Order: sequence, then C-alpha cells, then structure tokens
Amino acid sequence: MSSPLLALTPEGLFCPAGGFHIDPVRPVARALITHGHSDHARPGHHAVLATDETLGIMAIRCGETFAREKQAASYGEAIQLGDVRVSFHPAGHVLGSAQILIQGKHHGRQTRIVISGDYKRQRDPTCLPFEVVRCDIFITEATFGLPVFRHPDTRHEMERLLASHKLFPERTHLVGAYSLGKAQRVAAILRETGYDRPIYLHGAVDRLMEFYRTRGIDFGELRKVSASDRSKLAGEIVLCPPSAISDLWSRKFPEPVAAFASGWMRIRARARQRGVELPLVISDHADWDDLTATIIETGCSEVWVTHGEADALVHWAQTRQLRAQPLHMLGYGDEEETTEDGAEAMS
Amino acid sequence: MNRFAELLDAIAFESSRNGKLRLISAYFREAPDPDRGYALAAMTGTLDFAHAKPALIRTLISERTDPVLFALSYDYVGDLSETVALMWPADARQVDAPRLGEVVATLSHTGKTQLPKVLAGLLDRLDEKGRWALLKLITGSLRIGVSARLAKTALAANAGIAVNEIEEIWPGLSPPFTDLFAWIEGGERPEVSDPAPFRPVMLAHAIEERDFEALSPQEFHAEWKWDGIRVQAVAGTGENGARVARLYSRTGEDISGAFPELAQALCEERFGDCAVDGELLVMQDGKVQSFAMLQQRLNRKAVTPKLIVDYPAHIRAYDLLAEQGDDLRSLTFAARRERLTAFIGRLEHPRFDLSPLLSFESWEDLAASRAQPADFDTGENAQAIEGVMIKRSDSPYVPGRPKGLWFKWKRDPFNIDAVLMYAQRGHGKRSSYYSDYTFGVWRSGESGEELVPVGKAYFGFTDEELKQLDKFVRENTTNRFGPVREVAYGQTQGLVLEVAFEGVQNSPRHKSGVAMRFPRISRIRWDKPAGEADRLETLAALVGTRK
Repeated sequence: MSSPLLALTPEGLFCPAGGFHIDPVRPVARALITHGHSDHARPGHHAVLATDETLGIMAIRCGETFAREKQAASYGEAIQLGDVRVSFHPAGHVLGSAQILIQGKHHGRQTRIVISGDYKRQRDPTCLPFEVVRCDIFITEATFGLPVFRHPDTRHEMERLLASHKLFPERTHLVGAYSLGKAQRVAAILRETGYDRPIYLHGAVDRLMEFYRTRGIDFGELRKVSASDRSKLAGEIVLCPPSAISDLWSRKFPEPVAAFASGWMRIRARARQRGVELPLVISDHADWDDLTATIIETGCSEVWVTHGEADALVHWAQTRQLRAQPLHMLGYGDEEETTEDGAEAMS
Repeated sequence: MNRFAELLDAIAFESSRNGKLRLISAYFREAPDPDRGYALAAMTGTLDFAHAKPALIRTLISERTDPVLFALSYDYVGDLSETVALMWPADARQVDAPRLGEVVATLSHTGKTQLPKVLAGLLDRLDEKGRWALLKLITGSLRIGVSARLAKTALAANAGIAVNEIEEIWPGLSPPFTDLFAWIEGGERPEVSDPAPFRPVMLAHAIEERDFEALSPQEFHAEWKWDGIRVQAVAGTGENGARVARLYSRTGEDISGAFPELAQALCEERFGDCAVDGELLVMQDGKVQSFAMLQQRLNRKAVTPKLIVDYPAHIRAYDLLAEQGDDLRSLTFAARRERLTAFIGRLEHPRFDLSPLLSFESWEDLAASRAQPADFDTGENAQAIEGVMIKRSDSPYVPGRPKGLWFKWKRDPFNIDAVLMYAQRGHGKRSSYYSDYTFGVWRSGESGEELVPVGKAYFGFTDEELKQLDKFVRENTTNRFGPVREVAYGQTQGLVLEVAFEGVQNSPRHKSGVAMRFPRISRIRWDKPAGEADRLETLAALVGTRK
C-alpha cells in the first residue's frame, strides 16, 4: 500500500481512507470543519463534522440549512471514519476552533497527521487554549509566517487604546475588529483591563457577540449603535467590522479615531494604507515565534504549509532538518482581507 | 526611549494637527528631564549625535538573522529601519530599557569604530518601537510630520503662553532645555543673551473685496507682496566683540547656513545691531527671479559656490524691528518705515534694498496696481509680484496674526477646467471621503484625443461640495487600486472641475510635462461636458507667466 493518508484535491485536503475533506472550498459529501471563519466553513456540504460551537456559528452565518447532516465532535473524543481515527483538539483561534488529528496508514506506515487550521498561542479569555498534539506530519498555516510578525502582549495594546481614549475624551474610538473572534476577544480583554463603560457594537458584530454570551462568556454591558445615537457617542468605544471604520457609516460619530485590531497592523505601511490612526497589533493567528516554536513542540518530522507566507516558514523548517513543503492552497486567508472588497462594494 | 518611541509612533499615525499637539503636550508633561528635552531636540532638528549609514544597519542584522529570512522580510515590509526593528532578536522582557537621555549621551560620545557595537547594545535593550525610533533617528530618516513650530506650540500650550514667547528665547537655548521646561512649569524665564535673537514675526490676514468699505485708504500704507520667502536678518556683536549674524525663517528656524553670502554681509560693521524683516529673493542683473529659482537654494544645510553664483540671494526689506539697541516694534509702521528707509540708504549694500511703497488715493488706484504691476515701475520684476500688502500706518509690530492691522491682497489666480480622473481617500476626519482629486486635461495622443493628468487637489471645496464629490466618485467608479478609485471620464462622460492655481512650471517628472503651483478646486462644473474641458496647450502656454 502506498496511498497517502491525506491528498491535495481542488476541493482542499482530502483523506481517501476516511472519505472526508477538511475545510473544503467547494461542496463535498463529508466535510470536517476546523472553525467558523467563512474561508474555512462554507455552506453546501452534505455532511459536516465539527465542534458544537462551530456548528452553532455556521448556523448563524450560513443559515440553519448549511448542511444536510451535522455531527458534533467533542474535544479529545476519538471518532472512527472509514479506516482512520480522527479527533478534535483546541486550536485557540476562536470559540470552537479545533485542530484535527488523523491517525491511519500513510504510504503503508501508521502515521499521525495534525491539521492545525488557523491557530494562536497567545492568551484568549474567549476560547480554549491551543493544545500541543504530537504528530509525524504537522500541517500549519503561515498567515504571519515572516520573522517581522511578532505580536506584542495584547494587554499592552489594549492599554494603548485606553490611553488614547483618555487623551481624546471628546472623540469616539471606532475599533475595527473582525466579527467572529476578534471583537469578542477585544471586548473581553477590555473588561479585564478594568474598562467599565458600556461597549457599543456595530450591527454586524452583535449576533456573534450574543452567541458567545450564550456559551457563558461575559462581556459586561453591551449596547447596539443605532443610527440616531452615533453623533452622541463621544468618549465611547465602538466595535465594528474593519471595513466600517472608513465607511460612510463612520461619519456620524464625533471626530472618530480609527483603530484597527489586527496582526497586519504591525506593518506601518499597511496601517497607513487603511487610513488607521491607532493600529492595535492583536491577532487571531500565531506569530513567527509561535509558529516555529509550535512546529518544534509537536515533534513532527514533516511540515506542510497551507497558506500565508509559506516560503519563509518552509525555508526555516528546512534549516532545522525538517521535511517541508508549501501547499499553496487558494481560497484561504485572513478573513479580514478577503471580505474587505465585498463589504466595500455594499457601502 | 520606549516612551518617546510610543509618542513618535502615535504622532506618525495622527493626522490632525490638534491631535498631534495633544499627544506631544501630554508627553512633555509626563516625561522627565532630560529625556523630554532631547525629545524636543529631536523634533526641532537640534539633536546632535553620531549618524549611521544604512549599510551599517544591514551589517548588524545580517550578523544576527538568516539572510533568506531577512530578504523575504525586507521585501515584504519595504523599509529598512522597520524591518530591522521588527526582526531584531531580542528578549521580549526589556528589564533595563535605556532612557532617551542615556541613548543621546551614549551616542554623542561614541566614535565611528565603536558605533556598531554600541548601537547593537542599545537595540538589544529596546522594544520594537524603541528600536524603530532609534534606527530612524540614527539614520536621519525620521519623518513624522511634526514641524519645530508644532513642537514648540505643544510646549507653550502646557504653560498657557504664546508660542512666540518660546521662539523669542529659542536661539539662546540648547538641548536638553531643562531651563525652558522649568520656566514652562512655573519657574524663572531663562536669561538669554543672544546678540542676534529672533523676534516672532507679524503676519497679515487675507483681505476680501467687501472688507474695503470699512477701511479708509488714508490710514494705510501699501507695498508689493514679493514672491520669495519671508525672513528676518539679524546682526549683532557678542560680548567678546565678535560679529554675530543670523538669517531666520518666519518660524524662527536658523537658515543662515544655506545663505552664507547674506550671513557674511550681515557681519560687516555697517549693519551694526539690527533686525530687518524682509523677503528673501534670488536676484540676477537687478531682476527678481522666479520662486522656482529660489527653491534651488532652500532646504539645504550647506551650499556650493556654484549655487551662490547661479542663484544669488537678496533681501528686499519690509520693516526694521531693532536698530542700535532700540527695540522699534512699539513704534508705528510709518515711523519704522522712516528708520528703515534711512537705514537701507546708509547701508548701500548690493544685496539689500527697500521694498518700494505704492502711492494710491483710493482702493481703486490700488486695485489697478494689483491688476497690472508692470505698469507701475516694476518692469520685468512684475512676474515676481504676488499681490499687494496693505498695512495700517499706525500699526505697531505685533507678533502673530493680529486682526485689522495688516492685510494681504493676492493677485487673482489662474483657472482651468479639468476633468476628474482619480480620487483617493483622505486621512483622519476625511478617511471615509474620497477627498484627494487627480484631474486631467485634453491632448492629442497617438490614438486620438486623450486626458492626461496634470495635478492633484484636496481642498478649495466646501463640506457640502465634498459630500457631492464623494457621492459622484462612489457612483462613477470604474476601477479600484487600493485606496484610489478611477472614475468614468471621456469625451461624453465625466465631471469637470474648475481648478485655480498660482502658476505653472515645466516638470520632466510629470507625464504631462508641467506642474501646477498650489492647485485647488474653485468650482464644480456640473453643467459642463467633459469634452469641453481645457487642453494641455493652454496650460503649457502659461509656463513662467503671471496673471
């Protein structure tokens, strides 16, 4: 037997022995979904296996009918699919996010493959922390796969937001934060730093905030921004989708300060290009130091890089005597980037 | 250093002047001496320490990182200091980050051979922003959009005093300015004994036609407004008997280094102790040259002998602020003018002359002068006249822009009708608006008539017009390039903008071959078909001319 445990198909990663795809970009018979971001969790598959939280998020974003059959996987529970065993393990990316461990024959040898999905190692009070799963082949993302991406402590970034809030009490601070994961993390850490005013929400952020709340995460008082009160929100902090900070919507606020919470904000030219005045380096993804540390911790001998800045990470792995290859998978990326044009077109 | 770096980082992203002021004011309140003094020095360009070439920075990083990873990173980030600051392998916990004062002290004692080791040692102890700021400072490439004047204004705001009070004593102060900060915080005003001090400048308001009704021509003097830069030439004698001469810009910046021939002249005994307010011009064969010629001499720390010969500097005197120990600023304009006339007459110096007064009985007379300066004894110099200045004969010399004393009445601008081609999002308050407009005019291209971009304007319109323009851009977008949108334009579609500007120069850097001076949107021509907009030949014919 020399068939691979995982193969690359136009739909995405496919496990022939188990008969399933992982995060496929086109409709398939059986999909295992790592997390609810729209580039990984797409509607139209026949059967979906994911964590309960991810299924809930998909139902909110794609409608209840996103798949014919839905099966919830608990973290750590082994599930037999065909000739392979799969299990879901926390990825620390967003609520419900998981790495998927597949155990089975790879070119005739019993092998453990971990598909990390998107992940991070920084602390996040809104989801379970990343769990290191030992494996032979580690399949990683590389959204921030360059050594210039080193995320600072999130609390420090939040203190910068509060310092600006204190210095400009007559202005509204608009914080662009992606509606799934980032907005909740920003709100939760704001509370940890002692910010006790109501946090205002753009309509697009509101639904998922509510979902997180039903899962037991407390954000203190949240208020929806209505069209009529925008001009009265001087001195408040408003969470909104990133595209909204430079959108028509932002105009009614008193002298808005455009803040943006994203790992991309590490690069000054990126922040400037987006017209951001207060770049906050807060990311859902592992930075360079965490990407490389994680590869070592998994004990893998082979690394596959799905998307992002693959070249640098592959080069680094090779200097560590690891087999490494870029998969150059299309259709994945930072959701903030991929949805920007769509949001812009609707404005 | 990390705190100062946070400030630099924040002001680099802050687009509003007021926002920058508040960030800087807060820093000056919170940071201790001597750090804040060196920060002020960095922002006013008076910080003096060892400089490093980019090659040294490259060597340092190549000794510490994988060359492939550095190349990929540099390619991605596009800025050397930023890439190195981000990649520098340092412990995340800076137990002992150096203060700005320590950094400056260390670097000012560091010789060339020691610099790599010392710089690396400092970078090891700073965080990412600290490293970025240090690398920008040491390579002399810090561009944060803060003028010396803005930094001084922020400082003055903390004390509730006018910035002019700081500028008055500024030339006598030096980093780390502890005496200045002590004064700001309620202590003694620093004693400065500068034999050639700067005196804050008096400025004029723009006048509108309707303002004239309330003004009586008999109470005013008038003179030409020359198209150079406003300067203050000061000469004096130090305690040791040595002559001291300085040329200041209107914000009090010492620009003597760029004009050694004038500084040298001022050192001559015949100038005595004086402070002359005037216009800096380039004069050849008795003729005032264009502003473009003067620009060859501006923003230089040092000049070559060739530049001095090719673009000889000259001062046309408007006012006399001090003479032989007398402060003349409280006298009337008429009285100062008499002193000035006598002073310039006595000098008989070829690089100094008097700005002539205009004789007029009525505002109509003055309007005629303004419209046709060539008819009023200015000859070929008429091209260098920007308009007329109107000054109350009894006005004392008041720093700042006092109301009702001095007025400027500029000549009417040129106008062309151009077609909107591209629009870019603005910054700060305007970040949700497409507020920067690139416009073009017609020319005959290889494949028929085409529009060629000739300029960019981002003001001149009202807030209401901005909304209409923004709406037009959003509804007529044909292409997007990041923050820029291309709009529909052509013979039968497109929006015509009436653009006002001060002049046109040949410019090989621009596709059209011309560059407009000071363009702004004067009117939106919703009524005019794009095909009837102006042609490039019309613009090219205006090169070097003046209305």
